[in-house]
Amino acid sequence: MLQIQKFDKTFNRDTMNSVHALNQVDLTIEASSFVVVVGTNGSGKSTLLNAIAGTFLPDTGSIELANTNITRWPEHRRARFIGRVFQDPFKGTAPGMTIAENLALASGRGRRRGLKQALNRSALGVFKGRLASLNMGLEDRLNNPIGSLSGGQRQAITLLMATWLKTDLLLLDEHTAALDPRAADQIIRLTTDIVSQKKLTTMMVTHSMNQAVSQGDRLIMMHKGEIMHDLSGAEKSRLRPDDLLTRFDEIRRSEQLDSSAAQLLEANYV
Amino acid sequence: MNLLLASLTIGFILSLLSAGVYISFRIFHMPDITADGSFALGAAVSAVLIVQEVNPVVATSAGFAAGCVAGLVTGMLHTRFKINNLLSGILVMTALYSVNLHIMGKSNVPMLYETTLMTMAAKLPTLMGSEDVVNILGWDISNSDAATFLFAILMIVAVSVVLNRFFRTHLGTAMRATGDNPDMIRALGVNTGNMITLGLCISNGLVALSGSLLAQYQGFADVQMGIGMIVLGLASVIIGEALVGSAGIGLTLCGVIMGSLLFRLLIAIALRWGLNPTDLKLITAIFVLVALIVPRFGGKLTHRKQRSSHASDTKV
Repeated sequence: MLQIQKFDKTFNRDTMNSVHALNQVDLTIEASSFVVVVGTNGSGKSTLLNAIAGTFLPDTGSIELANTNITRWPEHRRARFIGRVFQDPFKGTAPGMTIAENLALASGRGRRRGLKQALNRSALGVFKGRLASLNMGLEDRLNNPIGSLSGGQRQAITLLMATWLKTDLLLLDEHTAALDPRAADQIIRLTTDIVSQKKLTTMMVTHSMNQAVSQGDRLIMMHKGEIMHDLSGAEKSRLRPDDLLTRFDEIRRSEQLDSSAAQLLEANYV
Repeated sequence: MNLLLASLTIGFILSLLSAGVYISFRIFHMPDITADGSFALGAAVSAVLIVQEVNPVVATSAGFAAGCVAGLVTGMLHTRFKINNLLSGILVMTALYSVNLHIMGKSNVPMLYETTLMTMAAKLPTLMGSEDVVNILGWDISNSDAATFLFAILMIVAVSVVLNRFFRTHLGTAMRATGDNPDMIRALGVNTGNMITLGLCISNGLVALSGSLLAQYQGFADVQMGIGMIVLGLASVIIGEALVGSAGIGLTLCGVIMGSLLFRLLIAIALRWGLNPTDLKLITAIFVLVALIVPRFGGKLTHRKQRSSHASDTKV
């Protein structure tokens, strides 16, 4: 279970570029629920994920994960409990190292890294088996550098790596946004499989309205660093893309955005 | 012949330096100029201890350890206090100049009549009953020269084997990933600051070991002997990669050793042909400059070629 209380963060405080990125955010996520996070550009949805991952520390407020207060923990320490997939397929894997070496790194997530050889026969066997489950033919390319793979393949491996060990929380930050539609589809199916199979507590930021309504059992819409809507249960399952757009429209109207911004929004979200 | 053998021996000793520079420059993408200071530091610590009749093995290990400490300081400045990586190196290198003078008490410590690792190695063949002059491939070489030569090879081979194994361990792969993609390895729970600091420790330890052995080989330590060493290490790493590419760590380390030797030989030949030793550092710097620029132009050329071949493809 994840519990965020009165989380507040201002970047570049006391300068011209001061941004109130997260405004007194309260959020509780039950174990094994799948939360979709949507919002306009700059609404703070990625910032929220980064806050949970520990990329930065809060000005005020607290974060508890699995009954442990992790508010002041640095990013690498939280990694023991949190698996992450980034938007940029280049961010989640080490391009100069082989597939096997990347998986070996993931198999030691959050643990002490000792002087045992990272690759041995039994490890390679395990890697092969789990790569085969992706159905991408990657199990025969263990010794290829990750840099030689496509974005979709890299993202699939990153997803595998993020969930390699037991995770208390899986953070997906628009992890299909940089992929072509087919690869994005494949990654979303893979995500659903893994999340439902392992009953993972998951937060997924997305730009795609279709993903937002078809995935997950709860939806959070963010705006200006605050949670504007929080839908779950029947309300979430009844949700259609049009309803979401209406809600975005409401926000737009309340903010009196000019029409060019509205067009931009539509281009991005429909 | 003696000149060639001496060049190769120094080449092997300096390949330890190159292995150290390889770690900072290629794994962490950081040209760590601490090397200039830690090279002389290793020499100074070992020389002073050897003059005080300390066992040369202990003295050499102390030199290595001193280098590790220098790397530790640079790493801490960079990762804990967020000082730019080049500047951290420059600060430590500058400070080390005074430290080295303090350690030695003067600018030059001779150890011509002391027992060093090199003189121990040189005496070994005679103790084992070898003749004073051995004949290798038709050349007559004094057995002591051959022994120091073999000892230098032994050192770098041992270090390469250990490094090659180390960079395949869980810790070693995490260290390589820190250079390759810090965001990713942080998300996998590794403290990248610690990795960089540990890497710089090992790197500068090797550089200091190289300085210590060179001082023992030439029979003196000098406070100036570290100047330009980082550039020399870079030159070796670059030549090495040009020779073997950068496919794996083991192979690259072999390349780096070959690069050091080749560079030493080039210098020996240039000096033989009448190059003024004053110009040595200038030539080294120009060489590294050219080596850094050429791949860029090479890349452009192949790019253009690909594009033109692409254009012809579309016509067909």
